This record gives sequence, structure tokens and C-alpha cells, in this order.
Amino acid sequence: MNDQAATRVLPAALEDKPRRARVQETTINLAHGGGGRAMRALIEDVFLGAFANPVLESLEDQAVLPLRELMAQGDRLAFTTDSFVVDPLFFPGGDIGTLAVNGTVNDLAMSGAVPLFLSCSVVLEEGLPVETLRRVADSMRSAAAAARVQIVTGDTKVVERGAADKIFINTAGIGVVPHGVAISARAARAGDVVLVNGTLGDHGAAILVARGQLALQADLASDCQPLADLVASMLATGADIRCLRDATRGGIATVLNEFAQSSGVCIHLDEAALPLRPEVRGACEILGLDPLYLANEGKLVAVVAPADAERVLAAMRRHPAGRDAAVVGHVAAAPRETVILHTGFGGERIVDMLVGEQLPRIC
Amino acid sequence: MKYVDEFRDPAKARHLAAEIRALLPQVERAQQRPLQIMEVCGGHTHAIFRYGIQQLLPDAVEFVHGPGCPVCVLPMGRVDDCVALAEQPQVIFTTFGDAMRVPGSKKSLLRAKADGADVRMVYSPLDALDLARNHPDREVVFFALGFETTMPSTALTVLQAKADGIRNFSLFCNHITIIPTIKAILDSPDMHIDGFLGPGHVSMVIGIRPFTFIAEHYRRPLVIAGFEPLDVLQALWMVLKQLVAGRSEVENQYGRIVPERGNPQALAAIQQAFELREFFEWRGLGSIDHSGVRLRPEFAAYDAERKFAVPNLKIADPKACQCGEVLKGVIKPHQCKVFGSACTPETPLGSLMVSSEGACAAYFTYQRIDTSRLRAGTTRVEGAVA
Repeated sequence: MNDQAATRVLPAALEDKPRRARVQETTINLAHGGGGRAMRALIEDVFLGAFANPVLESLEDQAVLPLRELMAQGDRLAFTTDSFVVDPLFFPGGDIGTLAVNGTVNDLAMSGAVPLFLSCSVVLEEGLPVETLRRVADSMRSAAAAARVQIVTGDTKVVERGAADKIFINTAGIGVVPHGVAISARAARAGDVVLVNGTLGDHGAAILVARGQLALQADLASDCQPLADLVASMLATGADIRCLRDATRGGIATVLNEFAQSSGVCIHLDEAALPLRPEVRGACEILGLDPLYLANEGKLVAVVAPADAERVLAAMRRHPAGRDAAVVGHVAAAPRETVILHTGFGGERIVDMLVGEQLPRIC
Repeated sequence: MKYVDEFRDPAKARHLAAEIRALLPQVERAQQRPLQIMEVCGGHTHAIFRYGIQQLLPDAVEFVHGPGCPVCVLPMGRVDDCVALAEQPQVIFTTFGDAMRVPGSKKSLLRAKADGADVRMVYSPLDALDLARNHPDREVVFFALGFETTMPSTALTVLQAKADGIRNFSLFCNHITIIPTIKAILDSPDMHIDGFLGPGHVSMVIGIRPFTFIAEHYRRPLVIAGFEPLDVLQALWMVLKQLVAGRSEVENQYGRIVPERGNPQALAAIQQAFELREFFEWRGLGSIDHSGVRLRPEFAAYDAERKFAVPNLKIADPKACQCGEVLKGVIKPHQCKVFGSACTPETPLGSLMVSSEGACAAYFTYQRIDTSRLRAGTTRVEGAVA
């Protein structure tokens, strides 16, 4: 919030009665990023209205966070950032606002951290309906409340029509890693068990269908959800959780390849054990896509010590975000840095990193 | 999933594989060298690798991955023409997704898009026609590509465009036809194909009769096959039964989709819109007579080659590439000099490395461990991964 200096020159009488300015226009114009009254009104009306919390409302240039409270929860900070661009902005199961909150919350959670604070920077395209921005901010508010995080600082920029696509959001996040938790992509060992917390590819398939270019009608919704609470209940079992990662872009195939490379192991996947919605399978069959590479926004892959697998699986299934959790594979020593899928048909094939984007096949 | 899982049943697969194994000792030719069965269609290649079908089979039978991936056989010069069309300022160039990555001599369509050309991915030619309707001030060009499988939808789109009087729509026609190419492969002196899995979706349009010359003149069995893994195994079993009995016939394993006479409406639409070209250039195989089609003169207004200045230059395949020998089954993908070194899915030299239906990309993606093992001195390429 760059323009808090303006408040300092307000007459004291007005400061006594803080009344939020209202956005007068129905669409965003360049003045909403210009640092003047219009921008002030936008911030107060749209963002303060939605994200209400004392740190943000102080309207300083930065959020000042009490260390003592952080230190009570653990001994290390987790810090991450992510930018969100999605077309369409709204889709079944979520929108760019829920993605922007849950994406960063989940990146924090994959270290075992308790997510606490987020920033929110938006780049708006001139001409965006203010109503659209309100809807996005409102989604961010509900998503932040559900994930128990506060949005404590932010920024707004407006660019000329065509210089951005409607709205881009960046969120950064801070969380605290509890004592003794050490999760790393380098920690997988031979014998470990691979789990996922539910059906795969829902987000990617929902977005494809929501774009409306396919004459497909399917009851598909994004799986966008926060995972920090699920991770907390997995950790609460006392299990040795070696690796955790949320399987966003590139799907679980990419995450498993990252684990296999970082840990120098081979990961075996059992195709028949992969939880897949029939609608997602159907969309993939028609388009020639592989659900292993489809994006998820509320799915994690966990590598767990063999003795703890049952316990973790049970804890996941008790949690609403892990009801369809399943064991999908195991770790072996060799061939190193490789992911092998055992097909439901009885064959085997390598599951490699994707080259470029996954493109639908011609026939 | 209904109508899918039934065709991927592992127990039935093992049963079929055992029957195939039992047939092989009865085939005389299989005693000297592995039988080579060519699957003509890229869809089969994809299924063979995706489901690991080869691993269920003994060494004495191997698949040769044929020329039936339309993206793979597209010569570089044609990709250059696409880029030239796409870079005309008034043009919206529309294409199927997997054609976007095929390398031209300078760039791919994906790269042209990044450089500012208006290239858009569509799922059907009708989507391209809709774009033309919605952008009357632009010229929409559709990159028509594929065998008889995709030809009818292109033909119907042009007929529709003409009926609706849409002027700003045209085709860059690269439709090809499979029969002359199978013939060219059979006439090639260095090939040893013992039998064919026929292309299921092409046959759905053209029927099974156009393949009879393969059985009658070249004395090779051909079984038209579906695309599920059990389809492929059953069709292979049918080919072997013919070889055991010394028969060479055209049989139809994919009867649930392929009618004997094909699809008369689709054929009529093709007839109405297209005529044979004298010859067409295939990547790796060179020029093959009567292997491509173009729009008939009465549709000239919808032919991008007539409407725009297309460079139409012939660009030789990169010298190091052995795509042609791979396509004819003379060598296996990993035996190519540049496989996995100069030519990888990230930097494809040959188009067999581009599409997931290309034999080289499939080898690289799904079977690398086996090939590295082969290079280390063992003999089997597709053996199970230990």
C-alpha cells in the first residue's frame, strides 16, 4: 500500500471516523493503479473490505509480524511465492482467487509448515469489470478463512488493455515449520510407500472443459483446496514422512520424477491403484491426454516409511481432504532417477517428465 | 470405465499372449528370424508403447512401426509453408495441437506463435470455420492434416463454408492417403514385413476392400485392428493364424467399428471435395505417386495454396536422420545414428521424434531403459524392465 502518506494529511476529524471510500466506476481504468484517490478507493473498497484484519488495515508499506507468535509454533520459517494466471478466471470448483490462496498455502504446507500470512499483488487489465475483481477478492477471503491464513500486505497495478489478460495475481506466503519436521524431495529410500490424497487430474480436466472449446459436457470440478490441515493430521500420526509435494502443473508424473531424481531412486507406480474419476478418464481418452500429467490444485504425493504407510493412509482417509487417499506405488533402489508405471494391462512403461506442454493428439 | 476396461483386461491379455506363443513354432519363417509385423497406424504404435504390449510377447515376433502418423510423415517444406501462411498479418492459422511442435527448416508453428503469428489450436475444422464467421476481417486458414480418418470432416467443413458463403476461410491441405504408401513400402527392396495390422480408423471410412491387393498381389496377411490393447493382441493372433495356415487374406478384427464397405457418406464427401495429387512428398519416404489429395478446382477459393503465395520449397530431410529406414522397419529407432543424442523429444531432428505416435518418441519416452540395456550388450530391446 504505497499511498498511506495521504492519510496523514487528512483532518483529524475525518480520522476519527474512518469511512471507507467506494469505487465509483464499474470498470478498472489506469487511474486505479495511479496512486491517487481512485486507487485508494479501490484498495479500501475491494481489498480491505474483503481481507479485513488489523495488520492490513494499518495500511503501512509493509506488514509487521510479531516474532514471538511465530516462534511459539516452530523453529524455522517457510517462505514461498507463486503467480497465478488462468483462463477462464472462474471455473467449476474455484477461480483465480481460490487458486492464488490455496496454491501458496499448499506450497508452504508441503514442508510441514503451518501457513500463517500471505501477500497479495494483483496486476489488472484496464477494462476489467470491478464486479469481477470483487468476486475474486471475495473468493480469496473465503479461501484464506478456510486455510486459516491472513492476507496482510498487497499491491495493485493496472496495465493498458492487452498488456495483461484480465487479472494476474501473485501471492507470497510465510509459515512456520514445527520442531523436528524435516520433509525433503531428497529423502525417499528403497522400500518407501507412495500415497496420494485423492482423485487425480480433476483440475486440469475441469479447466479444459471450462474453456468451452470442446463440445464436451462433463460433470467436472477443480479439486482446488487447502492441504495444510491434512498435512498436520498426517504429521500428527508421528509417521516418518519423507517427501511431500503438491502435484500442480505437470501432475503427479512430474512430482514423482522430481522425487526420483532428487533422491536417486526408482519409483514404481501401479496404474490400477490410481484414483481417477470416470469423467476425467473419459475426457483423457477422448483427447489423447494422460491424467498422470494433468494439473491438480488440491492433491499431494507423499512418500512414507513402509512401517508407517497404513497409519498415514488411515489418517488421510479420516480427513475430508483425503477421503479417497490411496497407496499408488513404492520406491526401489534401481534403475535410479526413473519412474515406471505398471499398466493395468500387465505391461510396463517409463513415465518421463513432459517435453513442453501436453498437446491433444490429432486422431 | 464401460467399453474401455473390457478391452484392457490383463487376464485375457495373458491368455492371448500364450496363444500367440503357441502359434509361433508353427510358423516356418519365425524359426530363422523374428517375424516382423507392421502396425500401419500411429494410434497402434501409441497403444503398443502405452500399454507395454511388446513385453507380453516373445522375442520371435516384433512390431515395425509404420508410416501411419500424419504428423510424423509431414516434410519440413510443408511446415515452412505453414509458418509462412501463419506469419501473414491478416491470417489466423488454425491447427490440431500435436502439429504445432513439428520442426520446419527454421521454426515450428509453436515458435512462430511465440514470435507473434496468430496460431490457434482447434479440435475440429468446424471450430476454424466458426473463427472465420466470428472474424470477418481476418483470413482463417485451417491446417488440414491426416489420412482418410480426418478427411471427411475437412471435406464437410469446406462444403459447409461454400454453402454458407463464407469467403475468409481456406484450407492448407496436407491430407494423405495410406494405400499408395503401403504399396511403396512393399515394393522397397530392403523390407521384410511378414504381415500387417491394418489401420482401424482409416478403414472405418474406406472399408476393407482397398487392402485386398496386399493379400492377393503381395501375399501378406492384413488384419484391420482396433486401438485397445486387446484389439492389438487379437489382431496379431489373427495374422499369425494366417501365417500358420499359409493364408494371406484381409480380415477385420475391428468389426464393431469398421463396416466392410466403409462409410458411404464420408466417402461421398471426400469425393466431392478432393482430388488426387500426382504425387506428394513424405518425410523419410520421399515422393510417392498419388499419395496426397487437394481441393478440386471448384473449391479453389477455399484452397490456401491457390489463395496465398505459399513458398512451396522442397527441403531435404536432415542427412543424419534415418526416419525412412525406421518407417520401413529396416532399423529400429534406437539404431538410428542420432537417436537420443542429436535427436531427442526436446530437440527433434526427425519428425518420428516429435509426436507421441512417432516410433522414436515412443522408444525414447517409454523404453529408454531397455535401449540403454541393449546398448550395453544384451540383445532384447523391449524386454520387461527389471
